[in-house]
Amino acid sequence: MNMKRILVVLAVFLSFTVSTQAQRYITKSGNITFFSDGPLEKIEAVNNKVNAALDSQSGMFVFKVLMKSFVFEKALMQEHFNENYVESDKYPVATFKGKVTNISDVNFNKPGDYQAKVTGQLTIHGQTHPVKTTGTFTVYDKGVKGKSQFTIKLIDYNIEIPSIVSGKIAKEILITVNIDLKPLKQ
Amino acid sequence: MIKGLITIAALFMLSLQATMAQDDMMNLFDSQPVTEYTSATFKSTNVVIGQSVKVPAKGTMLLNIQHHFGPVNSGFYNFFGFDQAVTRLGLRYGVTDWLAIGIGRTTQNKTWDGSLKVKLLRQSSGARVMPVTVTYFGLMGVISLKNPENNRYAYFANRLSYVNQLIIARKFSSALSLQLIPSYVHWNLTETKADPNDILSLGAAGRIKLSNRISFNFEYHYVLTQKIADAYHNSLSLGIDIETGGHVFQLFLTNSAAITEQYFIPYTDGDWLKGDIHIGFNIIRTFTIVKPKEFAKY
Repeated sequence: MNMKRILVVLAVFLSFTVSTQAQRYITKSGNITFFSDGPLEKIEAVNNKVNAALDSQSGMFVFKVLMKSFVFEKALMQEHFNENYVESDKYPVATFKGKVTNISDVNFNKPGDYQAKVTGQLTIHGQTHPVKTTGTFTVYDKGVKGKSQFTIKLIDYNIEIPSIVSGKIAKEILITVNIDLKPLKQ
Repeated sequence: MIKGLITIAALFMLSLQATMAQDDMMNLFDSQPVTEYTSATFKSTNVVIGQSVKVPAKGTMLLNIQHHFGPVNSGFYNFFGFDQAVTRLGLRYGVTDWLAIGIGRTTQNKTWDGSLKVKLLRQSSGARVMPVTVTYFGLMGVISLKNPENNRYAYFANRLSYVNQLIIARKFSSALSLQLIPSYVHWNLTETKADPNDILSLGAAGRIKLSNRISFNFEYHYVLTQKIADAYHNSLSLGIDIETGGHVFQLFLTNSAAITEQYFIPYTDGDWLKGDIHIGFNIIRTFTIVKPKEFAKY
């Protein structure tokens, strides 16, 4: 009995030390675009200042996105987005805290493309909702590139579409993520 | 039983460790604080009838259709002011995010106007703190009436009028923005010899958000210098802003028949207390002429 307990404690302790030694990859200039194709209004926005970090050992994968860094084709849309839809003054940041569930399939020492499965919690507009998606990691000499695409529903994040434009704006948003992660120097 | 507990405890610790690791990784991003600039202090370039602190974004063109009907107390015969109206058509273009140029024409005295809006300071928080947004507004008016028999407009300079304003605004919360508007108006040629050529005023204006798309706006200009004549009053306007995508509709009540500052600051003839008020509206439509660089590829 005692032995088991010691083993568990030891295992936890060990996994701690292992994870702190693991290689981490980071970027502060990742790219996220979102696209919604409503019958009347096509909305597209680009953010080139996305923070992302990946732990190659544990598969921990986190994002931090400043909502005000999204640039829209029309300045007025950007203002509406920040002021009326995501309320950026109240909720300035969106985060994703997740995990690459098949991180062991990715060989960070061997260049090439690897399929990745990602699950985690996405927080936008103060609302957290689980997200599950697949993507590609491309290992190359300078780091690892990540690519993924998934859709989210506005209703999951309590983002209201006013009745006056409902039907004109799509209720689902296609999100495309493109990041170029570089090894974090310890 | 105990085995189960240990397993649960171990799982709990592992998940705790996971969240700790994620939070720890989140901390990698917090290097230095960023400057956050305030946006949408006012949603429109006009508070009610006069200018707000807002300068249109780079590459956007605003079409502004402004309409002030006749006085409501002119009765049923004039259909409560509907029979007369002062109208202005205006275009304004954002050359950069801090500079806009505009041109407009008002029916009153067939006046053309050219204007300039320059954002001097931006309200911000974070790394750089700035409590207010400050915009300079300058306008020159040209009366294009034919030279009358008294040869009033013998010289071109006699047709000119000028407005200089320093608009100082602060967004106190997402629901409340206020601004102060010191103004200097100059007329090269006044109606009578007794009228002053230079008029100084101090204005106050604000926006109170009622919902995500509707706000209540007010604007008041107090003339500091000698009034042109006792018949004139300080300009007071109360209105509602309604936003729908690319448009802002502004519906308001004002005691100013005139639309541009060189007229309504010194020459507001309506008296609110006597019901001498005008119904008016602005329709402001935004067009994107030059897209941001992120969209240049399209």
